[in-house]
Amino acid sequence: MTRETLLNALVLLALGLLPVWAHLSDEPFTITLATRAAILALAAVGLNIALGLGGLVSLGHALFFGIGGYAMGILASHAQDYTPIYDGAFTVPGTKSMPVIWLVAVAASAMAALLIGLLALRTAGVYFIMITLAFGQMAFFFAISWNAYGGEDGLSIYVRNSFPGLNTLVPIQFFGLCFGLLCLILLASHLLARSPFGLALNAARQSPDRVMAVGLDPKRLQLVAFVLSGAVTGLAGALFADLNRFVSPTMFSWQTSGEIMVFLILGGVARLCGPVIGAAVFVLLEHWLGGLSEFWHIWLGLLLLAVVLFARGGLVGLIAGRARAHD
Amino acid sequence: MTPLLIVEQVLNGLQSGIMLFLMAAGLTLIFGVMGLINLAHGSLFMVGAFAAAATAAATGSFLLGLGAALVAAACAGALVERLVIRRLYDRDHLDQVLATFALILIFSEGTRWIFGSFPLYLDIPPALSGPVTLPGGIQYPLYRLFLIGVGLVLAGALFWLIGRTRLGIRIRAGENDREMIAALGVDIARLYTLVFALGAALAGLAGALVGAIQSVQVGMGEPVLILAFVVIVIGGIGSITGALVGALLVGLTDTLGGIFLPRLFALVMDPAAATQTGAALSSMAIYMLMAAVLVWRPTGLFGART
Repeated sequence: MTRETLLNALVLLALGLLPVWAHLSDEPFTITLATRAAILALAAVGLNIALGLGGLVSLGHALFFGIGGYAMGILASHAQDYTPIYDGAFTVPGTKSMPVIWLVAVAASAMAALLIGLLALRTAGVYFIMITLAFGQMAFFFAISWNAYGGEDGLSIYVRNSFPGLNTLVPIQFFGLCFGLLCLILLASHLLARSPFGLALNAARQSPDRVMAVGLDPKRLQLVAFVLSGAVTGLAGALFADLNRFVSPTMFSWQTSGEIMVFLILGGVARLCGPVIGAAVFVLLEHWLGGLSEFWHIWLGLLLLAVVLFARGGLVGLIAGRARAHD
Repeated sequence: MTPLLIVEQVLNGLQSGIMLFLMAAGLTLIFGVMGLINLAHGSLFMVGAFAAAATAAATGSFLLGLGAALVAAACAGALVERLVIRRLYDRDHLDQVLATFALILIFSEGTRWIFGSFPLYLDIPPALSGPVTLPGGIQYPLYRLFLIGVGLVLAGALFWLIGRTRLGIRIRAGENDREMIAALGVDIARLYTLVFALGAALAGLAGALVGAIQSVQVGMGEPVLILAFVVIVIGGIGSITGALVGALLVGLTDTLGGIFLPRLFALVMDPAAATQTGAALSSMAIYMLMAAVLVWRPTGLFGART
């Protein structure tokens, strides 16, 4: 067992047990914080597939986060108003069922990632950063002017959506759902990184020419990674909207993209639990520093600057050492 | 819809385009010479606007305000370059994005700390306020014409600086081969600080000039920053000519789209739906323009072919 495996196990154990303790000592707010950390971690796990494995620096992941959020908002708002989404030759009703919402969120964000990936992957490097940023902004402005679903004010959903067999209004049960999904997708991304696809993707990041020479198309590998990445972040968006029971264009804003990236860098890029540690630290800082000073973003900025300049590899890198080439 | 309206809107588009150029020129120079992607450029725009508003409020002179904006933004730029940016030249773009994102957080919250959350106002000087009558009987705000004029003069000066002076030769040489000009005895570290301060000064001046027609507030830099990114992606990163063409294209598309798209849709739809669709599409028009340019030419209109 390497130090990183041990660290991963400890981090997940801590994130999983903290809410149980909070539940027993009746502190629902702590559970909400942990749920928030788990969901934001999931969004960053999504970005990690594109950025960590694929080397695609996307500054537009808020787009997928927002699509997931709006998928939830649109479906649930139609369900709570008892109005159909589409009423023509056939009728599409809204729904309050989480599994259906998740499916729609994942499918919609994967579709968006496919379209954007096809365009954006024509470029590379700094152009890729800017074009993803621009697509994110495009969605942001679209959401603002889309008055049918709240426009600038966003959409409120009065009752949290339901999951068969659970009462999602109980904080600990909703946390369990989010944490379970996070663990599942962490496992999937761990397996993905070791699969032939993951190895080829890793190679495409390091040396596209050699990958091409063995008969693989690096752009296609990156496109698949981008779609998977967008889908996971979209799922996180749907959960985030359910946590707040509210969606607004802020989910699409480029600050959101920046923050998702910050979780990843704070924790450690291309490390399995980097996103989890980063998101947890961010939520803790937000809670503690936010209580101490109104201007806590300054301290966040200084911390981020210090991590980028002096602690490459993020917190995981600091604690568990450099990533090993083969393990 | 009258010809007068069209002329007015074209002038508005030119005005916003030329101000965008001042932002984009600095970004594209910094990227071209140092290979650095600087998200904090919008913060320098904001620093300029705040310096101008505070100075103008204290002294009552708009001109002193503009001077203060130039100095404050250039100093902030030079300081940031020395302390932080210098360490990022050899890093990959991801580190640059994150470090400059951190700088945005520090700048924005620092400004909020000093000036509070309420917006400041910068008044247009009396000599430049009020409308003028253009040939053809068009009433147009004098200040906006002034902005177009100042922008064109600055653009000319920048082209002269890059194309005709010794400093410009060094900057262009730095773009091509930094080891070689360092070997020829040019102090490359000083050149980089200078280029960064120059870009910062242009951004700060743009902030001060635009600050007089909108409110001066924290976060005012980021929307302009993103537009400036769109501009340099369209124009081709590293090309000043590209930045100028891209800025005018974006300024005109954004302004004209907002006015004419809803009217265009009104021809085929009922008015309410047309306003809605037109507004939604016009806010996305420049990004569609960018996507179209990139599909056609992945390195922008004037970018280096690979």
